[in-house]
Amino acid sequence: MGYKIIVLAKQVPDTRNVGPDAMTPEGTVNRAALPAVFNPEDLNALEQALRIKDAHPGSTITMITMGLPKATDVLREGLFRGVDNTVLLTDRALGGADTLATSYTLAQGIKKVGDYDIILCGRQAIDGDTAQVGPQVAEKLGLTQITYTEEIIKIEGKTITAKRHIDGGVETVEAPLPLVVTVNGSAAPCRTRNAKLTMKFKKAKPAPEIAALTDDGEKAFYAARPYLTITQWGAADIDADPAQIGKAGSPTNVKAVKSIVFTAKESKSFTASDEDIDNLMAELIGSNTIG
Amino acid sequence: MNNVFVYCELEGAKVADVSLELLTKGRKLANELGVSLECLCIGHNLDGVEKQVLPFGVDKVHVFDAEGLFPYTSLPHTSAVVNLFKEEKPQICLMGATVIGRDLGPRVSSALHSGLTADCTQLEIGSFDMKVKEDGQMVDKHYENQLYQIRPAFGGSIIATIVNPEHRPQMATVRDGVMKKEILDPNYKGEVVRHDVAKYVPATDYIVKVIDRHVEAAKNNLKGAPIIVAGGYGVGSKEGFDKLFELAKELHAEVGASRAAVDAGWVDHDRQIGQTGVTVRPKLYIACGISGQIQHIAGMQDSSMIISINSDPEAPINKIADYVITGTVEEVVPKMIKYYKKNSK
Repeated sequence: MGYKIIVLAKQVPDTRNVGPDAMTPEGTVNRAALPAVFNPEDLNALEQALRIKDAHPGSTITMITMGLPKATDVLREGLFRGVDNTVLLTDRALGGADTLATSYTLAQGIKKVGDYDIILCGRQAIDGDTAQVGPQVAEKLGLTQITYTEEIIKIEGKTITAKRHIDGGVETVEAPLPLVVTVNGSAAPCRTRNAKLTMKFKKAKPAPEIAALTDDGEKAFYAARPYLTITQWGAADIDADPAQIGKAGSPTNVKAVKSIVFTAKESKSFTASDEDIDNLMAELIGSNTIG
Repeated sequence: MNNVFVYCELEGAKVADVSLELLTKGRKLANELGVSLECLCIGHNLDGVEKQVLPFGVDKVHVFDAEGLFPYTSLPHTSAVVNLFKEEKPQICLMGATVIGRDLGPRVSSALHSGLTADCTQLEIGSFDMKVKEDGQMVDKHYENQLYQIRPAFGGSIIATIVNPEHRPQMATVRDGVMKKEILDPNYKGEVVRHDVAKYVPATDYIVKVIDRHVEAAKNNLKGAPIIVAGGYGVGSKEGFDKLFELAKELHAEVGASRAAVDAGWVDHDRQIGQTGVTVRPKLYIACGISGQIQHIAGMQDSSMIISINSDPEAPINKIADYVITGTVEEVVPKMIKYYKKNSK
């Protein structure tokens, strides 16, 4: 029996390379100033989805991302690894969303996709580390959830069994489908791109970009290859309530942002010479700080 | 109505430390606002659970005791919290930034359409003006006595203050050890309300079965260790950490790490110190090859004494260090071990 799987993925600024211009004066993220990457834990979620597809032939994976048009990069990465359908949610009206407005938007997108058994996403995204979107999407759709998942052990009929991390340990839970599963970074890493699929999908583009093509040759190319069309939806396409999306739909506001200035302590400096280290250690032992 | 609520996390019938820390903070916030502190204890076999929480100054304990409420599963706990909050209309709700708090908090915030800020390092009450849209016009609006949810954000270069003035409750999660746990009065008198669980939690919520569960006591004692030897990216390798463990063994210290070192796979995740790890307050903190991103500093800045070993004399952590050794970890740590072995009592 095949399953209908949805994977939520996010393109995130690579917080491992943060420069001084990473924030706008309003306190929102200046995404333009940072390299964009596939959110690492969403890749772990994708791997779990691909494993379900491997184990249950006939399963399909739809990947949804919300973001700027540039976020099609992550959808293509999905296609290169075995994702079947892709959806880009993009609209100016979606900008400035906090986790709640984001969850609402994703939930509306999922409803429009319609049929699903399992919704998978990473536990959290590296640009906020909040871990809120997965559970909020589940709540918006009226589904239960398994968070902090390490491994999906099996799916039989309409029941999923998964191993998850809890504080100080692990537990194994059994839950009915449909549901939301969020996956940890310590779960199995995502497989690499498949060479054939990469060749096949490298020219995949969002539908509006294809519609805007003027060259007859290019038009014919995409017309003959419908699989290269990435679905793109805006706020109106998913029947989004304007009061629940973007900045308007976000209860949280960034009131202030300040740069960190450490108040310098009076510190004693030492070099790495034997004499300096010996003096420091003698002082620490003498003051009973150590020993 | 309008009170401060803390969700108390339970392992069996024992209230988690992080919840007691939040009760301490919650009491202070409630005093400042002139309101009561209330808490929720949701689990099974909870007779007498109030004895653990009342000394922290809780005015009302809401107990939900039923089979199926322990171990924690998402839906029943969400229903208990959400349905109680619809009646009680709290202004603030605090939860631990634990696996449970991070599973439950977002669902509650989604159901009530309220703002939630994760991993706060400070919580304060304040008043401010903010531009808001009213009838299509941007106007300045004054807000009194709001919860400032303060957290490092975005790569650690900034501290953000988050507010949610138009929505209640104002929700925040806080990591274990960030707030201090202090008993207010061992004989504090508060009310205990035992709720009829079935009135709050529909039977259809009990759909996730926990079929196997292992919880172990923490493998390290970072929170209670008087001396911590912590390593960062500058340690360079897993083998580099062996030297840190050796120094820690000599000094009867625990080994901690920055996120960079944990992400590199050199040391276990449970040793991570900082905003998204453990917060520590040892008497001596030896930072080895740690540059000092704010998320890390947030978890160790209250150490009584800080020694920084770093090859970069400009490393941010040096600014808060009492002793700065400019050199590589590889070079300095073995010298420390050698001197200590020869000269300790």
